[in-house]
Amino acid sequence: MIGIEHYLVVSSILFVMGMLGIFLNRKNVIIILMAIELILLAVNINLVAFSVFLGDLTGQIFAMFVLTVAAGEAAIGLAILVIYFRGRGTIAVDDVNRMKG
Amino acid sequence: MIQLVSFYIFASIVIASAAMVIFARNPVHSVLWLIVAFFNAAGLMILIGAEFIAMLLVIVYVGAVAVLFLFVVMMLDIDFAELRAGFVKNVPLGLLLAVVLAAELVLGIGAYQAGAVTLGTPEAGAATVSAAVPNIEAIGGLLYSKYVFMFETAGLILLVAMVGAIVLTHRKSHGTRGQSISSQVQRRPEDATRNVNQPVGQGIEL
Repeated sequence: MIGIEHYLVVSSILFVMGMLGIFLNRKNVIIILMAIELILLAVNINLVAFSVFLGDLTGQIFAMFVLTVAAGEAAIGLAILVIYFRGRGTIAVDDVNRMKG
Repeated sequence: MIQLVSFYIFASIVIASAAMVIFARNPVHSVLWLIVAFFNAAGLMILIGAEFIAMLLVIVYVGAVAVLFLFVVMMLDIDFAELRAGFVKNVPLGLLLAVVLAAELVLGIGAYQAGAVTLGTPEAGAATVSAAVPNIEAIGGLLYSKYVFMFETAGLILLVAMVGAIVLTHRKSHGTRGQSISSQVQRRPEDATRNVNQPVGQGIEL
């Protein structure tokens, strides 16, 4: 039978994958944003698994809020990416060390 | 038995496609693997009876977020080969940190399995799961009663994100003539028209 530890292992591997993605693709903002989505997915799996195995629905409500924030974060992040690309012609994160204030 | 088999299928596909997301050379492929990962995570959630979150995952992540990523990846003309330059250099440290973190997390789960930690029970007054009420109905009841303010706050966050994204990416277009509502409303008939008693045969001046 499936226990909570099955889901916890999956979500921790997914979390580590997302973190590794941020480490490996340090220049590519798009992949970094996707890795953040993976991390948030791992968090959601964790919340849902605890909610179900504890028998308390609150975790699923919070998973919904995490989903909301993830959607908003992706929209804003990609918008910033688009205007950054318009100004510089590249999306390499290494160059984002000077700002026009 | 079938639950266990489908769990392992879903879980292995989620993890494999997550690995493909971060290792794929082409970002378009990364987005497509992300979609696969989201679908299979939705399958994982259906397996334990969280149907609402699973459907939300498919609608929000696959329908909105992944398509947004796909738009941006395809719209911007980026030299991705150049961006992968530091990839190999970062692999040893990244893998080391990942292995350490994964080992720590698995250690915690192992402690739970060995009986060091117990899961506990919901406190009194918590929203307990009952088999008689469907998942979506229960979540809806909870969302519109106990968590209604948080629900509205979530809507507000989405509104702010939408306005922010539009403000950031909106470009004022030149060469088009916009509509000026205030000058339209301020215009009065006596300013715009004129009554003339025109004599016959003298023509009119415009």
